[in-house]
Amino acid sequence: MVFEGAAGQGVQTITALLLPILKNSGYHLFSCTEYMSRIRGGSNTTEVRITGKKRHAYAARIDLLFALTPHAFERLRHRLHDHTLIFAEKEQFGEHCDHRCIDTPLGRLAAEAGGKVYANTVALGIVLAVIGIPLEQCAGFLREQFADKGAEVVENNLKATSLGYDFGLQVPKAKNLKVPEPGQENGKELLLMDGTSALGIGAVAAGCNFICSYPMSPGTGVLTFLAKRAADFGIVVDQAEDEIAAINAGLGASYAGARALVTTSGGGFDLMQEGFSLAGMIETPIVVHIGQRPGPATGLPTRTEQGDLALALHAGHGEFARAIYAPGTLEETIETMQHAFDIAQKYQIPVVVLSDQYLLDAVTTIDESDVKRLPVNPAIVETDEYYRRYAFTENGLSPRGVPGFGAGIVRADSDEHDENGLITESFEMRQRMMDKRLMRLKALRENALPPTAIGDTESAEIVAVAWGSNRGVLEEALDRIGDNQIAGVHYAQVFPLGPGTAALLGNGRKKIVVIENNALGQFADLLQRESGIVASHRILKATGEPFSVEEIIEKLMEVLNG
Amino acid sequence: MDKQRTAFGMPADTDIAWCPGCGNHMLRKAVKGALEALDLSPENLVMVSGIGQAAKAPQYLHANMFNGLHGRALPAAMGIKLSNWNLTVIVESGDGDMYGEGGNHFLHAIRRNYDVTIIVHNNMIYGLTKGQASPTSQRCMTTPVQVGGVLLEPFNPLAVAISLDAPFVARAFAGNVEQTQAIIMEAIRVKGCSIVDVFQPCVIFNKLNTYPWFRENTCDLPENHDPSDRMAALNMAFREDKLPLGVFYRNAGRELYEELAGIGDTPLFRQDAPGVEAFSVMLDTFR
Repeated sequence: MVFEGAAGQGVQTITALLLPILKNSGYHLFSCTEYMSRIRGGSNTTEVRITGKKRHAYAARIDLLFALTPHAFERLRHRLHDHTLIFAEKEQFGEHCDHRCIDTPLGRLAAEAGGKVYANTVALGIVLAVIGIPLEQCAGFLREQFADKGAEVVENNLKATSLGYDFGLQVPKAKNLKVPEPGQENGKELLLMDGTSALGIGAVAAGCNFICSYPMSPGTGVLTFLAKRAADFGIVVDQAEDEIAAINAGLGASYAGARALVTTSGGGFDLMQEGFSLAGMIETPIVVHIGQRPGPATGLPTRTEQGDLALALHAGHGEFARAIYAPGTLEETIETMQHAFDIAQKYQIPVVVLSDQYLLDAVTTIDESDVKRLPVNPAIVETDEYYRRYAFTENGLSPRGVPGFGAGIVRADSDEHDENGLITESFEMRQRMMDKRLMRLKALRENALPPTAIGDTESAEIVAVAWGSNRGVLEEALDRIGDNQIAGVHYAQVFPLGPGTAALLGNGRKKIVVIENNALGQFADLLQRESGIVASHRILKATGEPFSVEEIIEKLMEVLNG
Repeated sequence: MDKQRTAFGMPADTDIAWCPGCGNHMLRKAVKGALEALDLSPENLVMVSGIGQAAKAPQYLHANMFNGLHGRALPAAMGIKLSNWNLTVIVESGDGDMYGEGGNHFLHAIRRNYDVTIIVHNNMIYGLTKGQASPTSQRCMTTPVQVGGVLLEPFNPLAVAISLDAPFVARAFAGNVEQTQAIIMEAIRVKGCSIVDVFQPCVIFNKLNTYPWFRENTCDLPENHDPSDRMAALNMAFREDKLPLGVFYRNAGRELYEELAGIGDTPLFRQDAPGVEAFSVMLDTFR
């Protein structure tokens, strides 16, 4: 089902109430959001899926639409089918009103409940009736939600829900809607969250205690998440004057021993590149989260894309080691964020975590037992008076001291430097330092996260490859196709790729289909460069929308039947 | 460690990349003198700089050092200070670094007012890139780029710092080591973002603002100047006939950013990852 409304109309109020009710009732649910770059007005939608199995993907087909603006029909007509139930005020929907429309007196019922503001809870009542969730099952929850707004607001909201519910029960066509049975017994125990929260939880679990960032959609949520919890976890939070300040502050903090994170989007990361290169030179760990959105330049500020992989891969001048992660589910996001911190500290390098608007705003459930905590390894040594920050070692990694911990002096230098961190112009020293800094590439490659196989990749003739947020859509598409000629592989680490990549993908004996939310196939190029595996097909999309399950099924079927 | 060496001294064979006669040598002496006189320990001091000849200053002191990017010393200094209150953090860089490339950070460091001492080597020229105008170059000075003379009025760092209510704003002349050292000592003692702009002649590229020029065109602040009077301080900062030297402005009343932000005094490197219970309380909010 899809809820459409203008910014400021409160569509989010409906879904903010509906999602926990669905979760507590044991339904498998998935929700994602698309919105325009404006504060009021326009036409935004939130999709809520109720599924028979756990799913993490956007579906194009709309069975039930709640339209609060006249723009809904034009924007969503290609996603409607013959039996879509469209709830809308008749006068609002005007000329588009056909046999599918159910004239829904949201305004009248809201006024009856106490005022216009209750239209959203009227809508909630209608949805609950249509799905078939008993009203009494939610009364307690609704009371709690509105409790701090006073008794009158609580009662009016309950009345609005109840009026909506009664209306919903009387919609004859709604009886034809097939709603999957609740599939989870422990609904109340499950956690409900979006991708942003998963990243934040991962950062907290990793012991992140410093974040300095400049707001930029869709990366800002991670800053907000940590700011809200700063006092609980002793996290230093600073809103930088610009992204250049953000990464340099992060590096200063990390030099002093903090576990530092910066969050941004592609445009902000452009500004950070010199700092990213500095991290490589001074061997100082930092984790950079890039919430991708369509570029170039300002692009589509509130939409989704996977267009910044090449940016992350090539960011910063000069040659230095890095790792890039791109998780695709809540579980994977929480764990990968911790892994990113661990790798950054262990190898003393900059690490990028790539997400995108779609993943960050997508909401689903997760079992608490699937929230993994990785050990936080000590990264810092106490120095003595002979300490040399860049001492040569067998693996190129020097013990990392910080100022004020021990008798030693800790020098970080952006210029080429000697073991003490003092500036040098010796060509021989330059060569040794380059070798030292790049030596860790091998270990990074060998310790790359193994990709996730979906189905039997060994026997399949076709392997569909996805990375980052496309894990869910690929899993569902393959499940629904149900043909063992085709399997999938998902990469949560996109650089470096492990040594077994070519073997896993059949050493050139299989058809490889790479699916990515960009125009050129950046991961396909990377895969070829890193492993020699050439994609026979690229399924690409750069409209600013995520792939729908239907779209991926159709494209994969073309390959299968081709 | 050499027996002869003082706490902040470097080995005698340290190759100093500054030109003979450069004002940086005297400024170095003043900074080192201040650090020693204050009896700071090198292990708890971090010298932060950007890029340029002035920014090499921390290379020639025995102390912790973060020699970062051009213009970006201040954000790094903030990250260091907010992560460990126990460290004394001093930023030393040039006029191009601080007022040009890093101008935005200069404004916002003063707005925040975290505890840092900013010492700017102001030679009114770009030395390392061979003689182009800096933000503080005098109008009409010709350079290889400003071939018809500098078109713009110089940036006035003191007026900006006083306007932003920096807790300590001073100007010194490197040619006067004693006064410079005294000012730097006070600046380090001040809690908050203290600014010391230091005139420092570039003997190779700046043929206009030479040692004699500075001697002729500077003067001490009037004896009756009251540094707690902000408008008087601004008036002095705007003086053009002679450029006054000394402490222009003091405001001990400004709150520190690290206190306002509620940052604890345990260094972040000593902080453990959240315990099982605190973590689980956070997860509960998602149920």
